[in-house]
Amino acid sequence: MLRLPAFELAQPETIEAACALFAEHGERAMIVAGGTDLLPNLKHELYDIDVVIALAGIPALDDIEMQGHGLSIGAMTPLARVAASPDVRSHAPALAQAASLVAGPQHRTMGTLGGNVMLDTRCQWINQSHFWRQALGYCLKKDGSVCHVVEGGKKCVAAASNDSAPALMSLGAKLVFTTTDAERSLPIEDLWVSDGIYNKSSKPGEILTRIVVPLSDSRHRGAYGKLRDRGSIDFPLLGCAVRLDLDDEGIISDCDLVMVALQARPTRVKKIAESLNGVRIGTPEFEAAVEEVARRAHKQCKPLDNIPGDMDYRRRMIPVYVRRTLLAAAEGGGPVHHI
Amino acid sequence: MHVLTLRINGDCLKVAAPAHWTLLEVLRYELGLTGSKQGCDKGDCGACTVLVDGKPRLSCLVLGSLAEGYEITTIEGLMPAHLCAGGEGADPVQDAFDRCGALQCGFCQPGMMLSARALLNENPSPTRSEINQALSGNLCRCTGYTQILQAVESCVADAVGEDR
Repeated sequence: MLRLPAFELAQPETIEAACALFAEHGERAMIVAGGTDLLPNLKHELYDIDVVIALAGIPALDDIEMQGHGLSIGAMTPLARVAASPDVRSHAPALAQAASLVAGPQHRTMGTLGGNVMLDTRCQWINQSHFWRQALGYCLKKDGSVCHVVEGGKKCVAAASNDSAPALMSLGAKLVFTTTDAERSLPIEDLWVSDGIYNKSSKPGEILTRIVVPLSDSRHRGAYGKLRDRGSIDFPLLGCAVRLDLDDEGIISDCDLVMVALQARPTRVKKIAESLNGVRIGTPEFEAAVEEVARRAHKQCKPLDNIPGDMDYRRRMIPVYVRRTLLAAAEGGGPVHHI
Repeated sequence: MHVLTLRINGDCLKVAAPAHWTLLEVLRYELGLTGSKQGCDKGDCGACTVLVDGKPRLSCLVLGSLAEGYEITTIEGLMPAHLCAGGEGADPVQDAFDRCGALQCGFCQPGMMLSARALLNENPSPTRSEINQALSGNLCRCTGYTQILQAVESCVADAVGEDR
């Protein structure tokens, strides 16, 4: 039985009230969106906080709007709705596919897009009960001074495990953070830092309120691939998001490839993928170029032994998932998963 | 302590509980509704599944205070709701699980049946793949799932038969 530690629950009804509460309590407060990440982590006693601020009572954060400059998705929009939205599916297929593969059906009904972006990093040595962690002398991420993954390591390597993150990065999404007196728009790649303790540059007091995905035209192709043990519930053992922009003749004019569950921040390997530029999809040259991208991704990306699944197996699956996801994107298909 | 007003199985109940209690804890330890099971307590197993406004949710990850204002259905409310709607006996999902022997230890069964009920309310004739998907957030460690899937398919077959 895992019980939550005692805290006060605040239920603001406006964004302004939520920001004021967050500003007042600072590091002693955390935001709860759908609760599917925060509550298990609180039960594991991973945070020392006194106040939980729930955004569930703010209807303005739960919508998907088509705007002139993009698709604006409220941070509290449930993942199931993101996955099913015709607008998201047509303009950002990789995002819709990633949302459709997050955990299980109940998690997607409860969990939100904003919550998935702000998901805490994960590691087999931290996502455990306090009793379990105490027995091993804790670790760098919480209460301890050693890393059980990297011998002598001084930097936490807990893995970014959010399926939406690579999809949103491949799409060039921007995040809107709101505070009591300001609103700032941040390109999603600028959110991440390589520190498993807290892998984001956002500060206490800032609330993620909207996710804005630039509009794409009909020549956009995208897909998401997810490796996991089971066809449900699990966090990614590897996530792989692809964006292909085609010209009128089906030739790739730009592309992006972003992976997750390899290190503390989502891993962009756009340089590797750029060898696809100038290649026409559906040709033998395209298939050869995809093979080369998969080979180079395997060479560059090295998973760590800190999330479930054998580390060598996960590495061998990198070229498989890169290849399959690129081919699926080119065909307008996906998502890619083996179960 | 906070006094919560919860609508559970058609009843409006006032219950006192600390702010950090989950809906599951309120159900089990304040209201005595122990049909919702406390399994992993961290959102992995689905044994605590209840319906919130008709959608399956994990009551171990819903704060009790945040369940106010919603219609909550637990396994205890399934048969009364069926009777209220003019049905006879247990809910057809419960009946089918019984007929098909879709349980061994029974721990996953309340959550499994509520997920199945939510699916059938939304889609009265799901395919095997849609049933698999809808129940994929509920783990069973005994049956191997075969009889569970058969039970849901049996509900579909019965409903189709009734329509004819």
